[in-house]
Amino acid sequence: MSGKFWAFWLLLVPILGVATMAAGPLYGIWFPRDVSAHGHAIDHLFYFILWLTGIVFVGTQLTLVTFVWKYQAGKRQTVEYTHGSHHLEVVWTILPAAALVFIAIYQMNAWAMEKMDRPPGKPLAEVTGRQFEWRVRYPGQDGELYTPDDIFDVNDLHVPVGEEVLLAVKSADVLHSFFLPNFRLKQDVVPGMKQFVWFTPMETGKFDVVCAELCGWGHYKMKGQITVESRSDFDAWLARRFEEQQATHETAGDEES
Amino acid sequence: MSSTAAGDLAHAGHGEHVHAGGFLTTYVFSRDHKIIGLQFLFSTLLWFFVGGLLALGIRWQLAWPWAEMPIVGNLLFASEGGQISPEFYTMLFTMHATIMIFFVIIPILAGAFGNFLIPLMIGADDMAFPTLNMLSYWFMWPAFLAVGASFFVEGGAASAGWTSYPPLSVITEAAPASGTGQTLWLIGITCVGVSSMMGSVNYLTTIIQMRAPGMTMFRMPLTIWGMFITAILQAFALPVLTAAGFMQLADRVVDTGFFLPEGATANNAPMEAGGGQPLLWQHLFWFYSHPAVYIMILPAMGMVSDIISCFARKPIFGYKPMVFAIAGIAGLGFIVWGHHMFVSGMNPYLGMTFMVSTMLIAMPSAVKVFNWLGTIWRGQLQLTTPMLFALSFVSMFIIGGLSGIFMAATPVDIFIHDTYFIVAHFHYVLFAGTAMGVFAAIYFWFPKMFGRSMNDGWGKVHFLLTFIFLNGTFFPMHILGAVGFPRRLADPYHYATFRHLQPLNEFMTYCAILMVASQAVFVVNFVYSMFFGPKAGRNPWHANGLEWSAPSPPGHGNFDFQPVVYRGPYEYGSPESDADYYPQIQPPPEQEAAGAALEEAKT
Repeated sequence: MSGKFWAFWLLLVPILGVATMAAGPLYGIWFPRDVSAHGHAIDHLFYFILWLTGIVFVGTQLTLVTFVWKYQAGKRQTVEYTHGSHHLEVVWTILPAAALVFIAIYQMNAWAMEKMDRPPGKPLAEVTGRQFEWRVRYPGQDGELYTPDDIFDVNDLHVPVGEEVLLAVKSADVLHSFFLPNFRLKQDVVPGMKQFVWFTPMETGKFDVVCAELCGWGHYKMKGQITVESRSDFDAWLARRFEEQQATHETAGDEES
Repeated sequence: MSSTAAGDLAHAGHGEHVHAGGFLTTYVFSRDHKIIGLQFLFSTLLWFFVGGLLALGIRWQLAWPWAEMPIVGNLLFASEGGQISPEFYTMLFTMHATIMIFFVIIPILAGAFGNFLIPLMIGADDMAFPTLNMLSYWFMWPAFLAVGASFFVEGGAASAGWTSYPPLSVITEAAPASGTGQTLWLIGITCVGVSSMMGSVNYLTTIIQMRAPGMTMFRMPLTIWGMFITAILQAFALPVLTAAGFMQLADRVVDTGFFLPEGATANNAPMEAGGGQPLLWQHLFWFYSHPAVYIMILPAMGMVSDIISCFARKPIFGYKPMVFAIAGIAGLGFIVWGHHMFVSGMNPYLGMTFMVSTMLIAMPSAVKVFNWLGTIWRGQLQLTTPMLFALSFVSMFIIGGLSGIFMAATPVDIFIHDTYFIVAHFHYVLFAGTAMGVFAAIYFWFPKMFGRSMNDGWGKVHFLLTFIFLNGTFFPMHILGAVGFPRRLADPYHYATFRHLQPLNEFMTYCAILMVASQAVFVVNFVYSMFFGPKAGRNPWHANGLEWSAPSPPGHGNFDFQPVVYRGPYEYGSPESDADYYPQIQPPPEQEAAGAALEEAKT
């Protein structure tokens, strides 16, 4: 089989690679809808890197294909007897380095926004991961957590739309990860540590809360839901929850740690 | 060195098989690096098969969750009606990774090829410490037995992921398999560590001390450079994993609290000890396991470089930059472990530091790719089976290298961390990269190992099938990752976000099954050629390396003459040579006469 035959198979890599990346969005196998105020920053970075690496990917693969196509043994051509080129080495060291340093600096703002610039104020709620559910605790009327008027819920997190939401997240037992695909948000929760996540939901609706860190055999079913609703709906829901809780004399306060 | 030379001559005088002893000391408790290398090769290939079957189990569940498995289902999970249980699924991916990493990739590169090739390629008669070398193989066996046995203990084999993050891995109440299975896992990993440590000390000493006359450091093949720097990584990073393993063992067995925080519970039971930090394990684990990622690729990069240069009939492009790139990857490799922990709860400022070092490590990788392309540029490509595997290594490594940039970018990693994007990335590096490099190396050095050649036509069939199906299996993982499709979920489809991904997973599973099935071509070719393949001479590929001047297979003591090295290993197409290659041992014309005289004196 000739070099052209094998060059063809290697050529399929860039062709099908690009085709797969293009088909993904067409068939909905791509980013879930972004419903947060900050998510576009992450998506933008992803696309930026995708374009950059995409160009390098296609360029290097086509070079490989061309060389396999052209430089077959037995053809009348002279072998370039060379041990390398200092100039080329310098060029292809400096260029990737410059590109990589640029990406490194370019992304820092998005990282700071997501993980460093914590908004002031008290958290809207505390979310506790435990095998295999998400427990949610709202501070109630007094605005303080761990007081008798706290409001509880399991696997259903309600947040108001259009407001910056600050959540305290923690774990009661093993590692979990609080993952909101539609909000481009992920944070491992670690027993013994208390962490904060913040985001601004921009659309009302119900979205998945996924546990993204292995937490045992039931990891797959540790599924929660986040409900984004208007401020008035949210307040009404909280009040209703509180009444239900009072009515059933639910003292769910003993399970948290 | 002089005693080595004398030893060689003595062996040459007595013929090839000089050592005393019967079958047991020759083939089982052998101290000959070649036999040990083959022992590693056969053991790791068998485990490769086991690891592949476990992968098929994962793929089965992802394509048809909770479906009854044909044939094997009723044997394995009679109590669940032939379905995979969620406990079993967590065990599947934990043990798939454990076996592939600790029993296949690391020992096949360092143990099998490191052992077989290092003395032959540097012109030594054996390793510096043959007994230590033998022990490094036999220390794998307690690990094989512990991990093998763990499948049959109560609760099953370890199921806390190959990373064994505490508290899940430490608290026996947290998971069914966090009992004996996890303890056996820790014992197994410790033994693998001891084995690797023995190997690396031996490789370092051998490479530094036992090179043939004329074999300067910068005349060593890149394979040896890869092995050398890998051995340094092993020697410096492994103690940390071993220590961490003992700490976890202590947490489990004698109730210390290195990794257990105050006040946490498991299954509503309070944890015994407290005052520790789960993140401490992650730091210690990745301090070894990130360098281990390079342990799993650098030797393959070296071997691929040798193969590409040989079949391009051209010197490697930029030999020294290639060496420096390997060293650069290894050096930076020590300060990037935190990129596994961007969303772990580690201080975000620290995350930013690790992000910068991680970005930089892509630079030496890029240099290597450009130099491989430079090597085949204007060459005389001979597209043999090993060359095809080596070229596909380059093609696939480009994918794996570039996808790494996405997760190095911390904000992007927030979304793709623990998704199939990561799974795609490391399978492109470790399977499509390293495993393809290993296949290239097997086809390339097979004649030296067994004195016979593998069938090239069937090798190409094996290559083509593997190449097609591996891409069918792994490439779609990138777009799954873009959806946020998480790893390690026994049933991802009950999330509305991921429900529509099942058909694509089905396609990937078909590809995975066909990929595993295609390996039958390789197994048959391998076994048949071992016994009935055409006899290979000393140098079937017309290659330059020292190993090709020894008999195929080399006898005890390797060389039947004292090798002297006159040049680097990549002098293909040199105008100074009449042939298109110029072996390292061939004296320059003016010394040829003197060399002939020496030959005469020897006989």
